[in-house]
Amino acid sequence: MSERQRPTVPLQGGGEGRLAPGTTQNPDLYERIQVEIAKYPNRRSAIINALRLAQEEYGWCSPEAIGEVSRAIDLSPATCQAVASFYDMFFLQPVGTHIVEVCTNVSCALMGAGEVLGALEDELGIRDKETTPDGLITLRTVECMGACGWAPMVVVNERYQEHFQPEDARALVADLRSRPRTTHGHGH
Amino acid sequence: MPRAHTYPDPKPGDVILDFVGERRTIADYEAAGGYRQLERALGMSDKDIVDALQASNLRGRGGAGFPTGRKASFLAPPHPRYLVINADESEPGTFKDREIMLRNPHALIEGVLIMSWAIRAAQAFIYIRGEYFTEYEVLVDAVAEARERGWVNRPLPGTDYTPDIVVHRGAGAYICGEETALLASLNGFRGQPTAKPPFPAVAGAYMRPTLLNNVETIATVPAILAMGGEAYAAVGTEQSKGTRVFSLSGPVQRPGNYEMPLTGTFRELIEGLGGGMADGRAMKCFIPGGSSTPALLPEQLDTGLAFEAVQAAGSMAGSGAVIVVDDRTCMVQFGLRVAEFYRHESCGKCTPCREGVPWITSLLRRIEGGEAKDYEIDLLLNVCDRVEGKCLCPLGDACAMPVRSYVKLFREEFEAHVRLGHCPYHDMSPLSSLYPMPKSLLPLVPA
Ligand SMILES: Cc1cc2nc3c(=O)[nH]c(=O)nc-3n(C[C@H](O)[C@H](O)[C@H](O)COP(=O)(O)O)c2cc1C
Ligand code: FES
Repeated sequence: MSERQRPTVPLQGGGEGRLAPGTTQNPDLYERIQVEIAKYPNRRSAIINALRLAQEEYGWCSPEAIGEVSRAIDLSPATCQAVASFYDMFFLQPVGTHIVEVCTNVSCALMGAGEVLGALEDELGIRDKETTPDGLITLRTVECMGACGWAPMVVVNERYQEHFQPEDARALVADLRSRPRTTHGHGH
Repeated sequence: MPRAHTYPDPKPGDVILDFVGERRTIADYEAAGGYRQLERALGMSDKDIVDALQASNLRGRGGAGFPTGRKASFLAPPHPRYLVINADESEPGTFKDREIMLRNPHALIEGVLIMSWAIRAAQAFIYIRGEYFTEYEVLVDAVAEARERGWVNRPLPGTDYTPDIVVHRGAGAYICGEETALLASLNGFRGQPTAKPPFPAVAGAYMRPTLLNNVETIATVPAILAMGGEAYAAVGTEQSKGTRVFSLSGPVQRPGNYEMPLTGTFRELIEGLGGGMADGRAMKCFIPGGSSTPALLPEQLDTGLAFEAVQAAGSMAGSGAVIVVDDRTCMVQFGLRVAEFYRHESCGKCTPCREGVPWITSLLRRIEGGEAKDYEIDLLLNVCDRVEGKCLCPLGDACAMPVRSYVKLFREEFEAHVRLGHCPYHDMSPLSSLYPMPKSLLPLVPA
């Protein structure tokens, strides 16, 4: 961080200092969120960063995760939940350890995304937006990921796999099943 | 499993993708003259820098094409002021900013530092879409390298100005590419647009004067200073200067990003650099500027890439994303997929978009499924009229305009669905695996 004093800007519509920070159940997460907050002119800007850290810790934006974010940022849980629910990358329900996402937007669809989705559904025995019964893998369709020139594309735990073909589904699922099982953090 | 990319070699005249190889390190970038423009800029007044941008006539590469120098000159004077880089790139078909950030991150960082200096920004924020995780890591590394060289978080040589760059990740919302929504998101709110005025130049990030530009726009700034605004403006048409990176996708031989002078044409891009249609297919239409722009027909391939040329042809240059559609594609399915995207991304704040875009989607779904009555095609056009130009931000238009163009250009396909009671393309269309025909309708399809 810069040595110089950065201008800070008061929160718009926030109640800075309203909630007692001492009540956190997860001091380590609390501290990591404070590091994010220090990057910005006001605390509220770090809310996405905080939600992301909490989701990595708890696996999804559970009430506990929202509660920790609320205490660390000093905004009400309702505000934190409202922000979380706006974005596609925050999970409002439990998800699997691994997340497999298939882009079905137009460029990928023109290049066979529907077949890729079908192959993954068959291989996993689940449909779009479902999780395997063992809680290991969640499959979902997503919108354009900015890889349209290398379509069809699949995202596995936030890493892009471009030119994904239906016949790649089997190897991908076998690879995910063989990985050591971590509860949180979606593979990284 | 991921297949390796191959990147086209740079061509004479390229400004942003003007190097060979996968990634330009800071050493490579410096060897090619990198960060020298920042050094030069430190000896220039802010007015000189903005004047060079004005002389270059660079127009924003994010979608609206607003002149970059003019935007910078509008910035309100009171400090603190902020610089925000729009790296949210989510318009379907667009992947140019991603390639710039992955392969030439220091061009962006140098541009950010020059503009930060020019406006004495208290901080610069690069708002990168959350899905771009690898790209985020590359940018964070690039900022760290620039910091090691003393360009960030330390007073710039001979000045008392200290730049600071924060790479800020979004979390998945197309609307956060719209500038006021982006700023709301950066400020920690739901990413919903706000009415303009006030414009970001007056009340943007933290309600302070904010300069907001696209990645490609800012990555072009060092090149403009290097060659001088007038020299940059020597390439191009009357109203569109310089080169632009186009994202070419769909069933063409060589999809990818191509930098082209704005004097070029879509034929040079699609048939020349892109190698034409793949697997001997024929083109049905092409989308010139991302999924929100009206389609153009193969007869219009000689249209120029310049902003004014695309507009004269009846569409928009938008984000420079060229999507090629082949003749097996059902345009009702295509329109439905486009509309579903905008329905998913509508932020829900204003009524015409929140209500109208789902109406467009369900009418298209009824037509696609063969359930619609013949008047529903005109009803669809009617709903498009009620959305377009009536929303708080252009997202509603982004759905209504392309859908209207598909009906206008391919009305007989829409009518065939109504007449036959099913999709005439059956399973020939590449999108039909997403919209499979109900089994009960299969007997209707001629063998
Ligand atoms: C719905 C919508 C989505 C947009 N998405 C993006 C985007 O992803 N990236 C971008 O740079 N501009 C996007 N824009 C344009 C921005 O609002 C803004 O005009 C642009 O970032 C300004 O930068 P420029 O002047 O350098 O082009 C979008 C606009 C709208 C209405
Ligand atoms: S359409 Fe799939 S990545 Fe863009």
